[in-house]
Amino acid sequence: MYSEKVMDHFYNPRNMGEIEDASGVGTVGNAKCGDIMRIYLDVDDGGVIRDVKFKTFGCGAAVATSSMATELVKGKSVQEAMQVTNKAVMEALDGLPPVKVHCSLLAEEAIHAALWDYAQKNNIVIEGLQKPVGDIAEKEEDVTESY
Amino acid sequence: MKIYLDNAATTRMYPEVLESMMPYLTENYANPSSIYSFAGEANKAVNKARKTLAGVINAKPEEIYFTGGGSESDNWAIKAVAEAYEKKGKHIITTKIEHHAILHTCEYLEKKGCEVTYLNVDENGSVILEELEAAIRPDTILISVMMANNEIGTIQPITQIGEIAKKHGVLFHTDAVQAFGHIAINVDAMNIDLLSASGHKLGGPKGIGLLYIRKGVKIGSFIHGGAQERGRRAGTLNVPGIVGFGKAAEISNDLLSQRTNKQISLRDYLIDRVLDEIPNSRLNGERNRRLPNNAHFCFRYIEGESMLLMLDGKGICASSGSACTSGSLDPSHVLLAIGLPHEIAHGSLRLTLSEDTTKEEIDYAVDELKKIVERLRSMSPLYEDSLKSGGNEYV
Repeated sequence: MYSEKVMDHFYNPRNMGEIEDASGVGTVGNAKCGDIMRIYLDVDDGGVIRDVKFKTFGCGAAVATSSMATELVKGKSVQEAMQVTNKAVMEALDGLPPVKVHCSLLAEEAIHAALWDYAQKNNIVIEGLQKPVGDIAEKEEDVTESY
Repeated sequence: MKIYLDNAATTRMYPEVLESMMPYLTENYANPSSIYSFAGEANKAVNKARKTLAGVINAKPEEIYFTGGGSESDNWAIKAVAEAYEKKGKHIITTKIEHHAILHTCEYLEKKGCEVTYLNVDENGSVILEELEAAIRPDTILISVMMANNEIGTIQPITQIGEIAKKHGVLFHTDAVQAFGHIAINVDAMNIDLLSASGHKLGGPKGIGLLYIRKGVKIGSFIHGGAQERGRRAGTLNVPGIVGFGKAAEISNDLLSQRTNKQISLRDYLIDRVLDEIPNSRLNGERNRRLPNNAHFCFRYIEGESMLLMLDGKGICASSGSACTSGSLDPSHVLLAIGLPHEIAHGSLRLTLSEDTTKEEIDYAVDELKKIVERLRSMSPLYEDSLKSGGNEYV
């Protein structure tokens, strides 16, 4: 079902973890739908992404796209990171099954959400960046529902 | 290494089953409907299998109709009753946790003008008998309740459901695909009018099923085009499949309780180990009134498909009610029906044993599962949030 690259990134995810005092954090997705991605960015004073980490609740494709997205933005400037589209993530993974394309969109959104958080905190404007619609940072209580 | 814990999906054929089928795949290839003596051997073998299968559920051989599998049997039962009894009414009662072979057939009939009541189940997946009885109307023509659930393993109170159906003069169909050959079934004692079963869930071949139709239940044919199965199911008989199905039923039914007791104790060992050793896990379905080989869990903060891929990486074949595997974003309709929130229903895992499953295999699977759940939680933002909020226990 998945390409070898997807399986590699699933079994050996790159940049999995957290960054304390991150420059920007973005969380997107919905536990109801079974996918949540969180991206942490460490951006240096020159606007270069020095480090990036992710945490993901979701299927194999969700984990693999998060992992690949972090690889693609690491070491890039925030402006360059804006060019990392879901298509780029999918291509880098040698494709995804059609039902999993939404995972790559989520990965793009997660990067944008983290960049948005970074931009907000530093009062800067990143060209082409808008507040991601899938950002759930403000309604996290929804996902910790208990029974 | 391969540890197969998905016996609810399908089973390995018994070697004796393959052996019993071989002559009908090779030298005894005659069409049993033919008149010459060469066909006699095949015809005899079909009759023998029919008798064995009837015996398993205390039916008469002439009440057994062979089909292409469980889904065909379910489709036939529901659609043919709706058609044959439309003068009496157009109301069907079923449950929210049926297999899609029932649910999608009912949805199809709704488009054709039938009315369907989908009964709720309790938190363990059991039909609520009072609710069932209250749903019966003068125009109710059929009650269809599965004998045991394919996901969470709960066995329904079939005898009581049958009594209610009989009392109100409503036909009772049960989808026994997961139960046939695994638990004792008696169509008379349980007042069952129609019953679906499938060969490959009990060590038989794929592509063969049956529909039991109680004598006197007048339903029409589903596949037209020949006089086979007393004119009710056309198509050349799948002789090797029928013979293999019969053999599998004979083996399964022999010493049934002894065979299943072994599975039950191993299943309970598995359930206890998982619940004791993996925090924030829960068992779904009835603790005791469940299929002998079924264990079904939810693990909080993680998602089912990831779990399955990781287990696969360790050679363990399992399944989930996971949205991702079915290509839909919705988690299992069964887990939602027992009241689980979406995010918990996403983290489900079904392990189904065979009679060859060993304690060593279970130990290996649980040991690996523990590590996998821990690893996926370490990757999960939901788990991170729960640790930070300090509320990581089920309430």
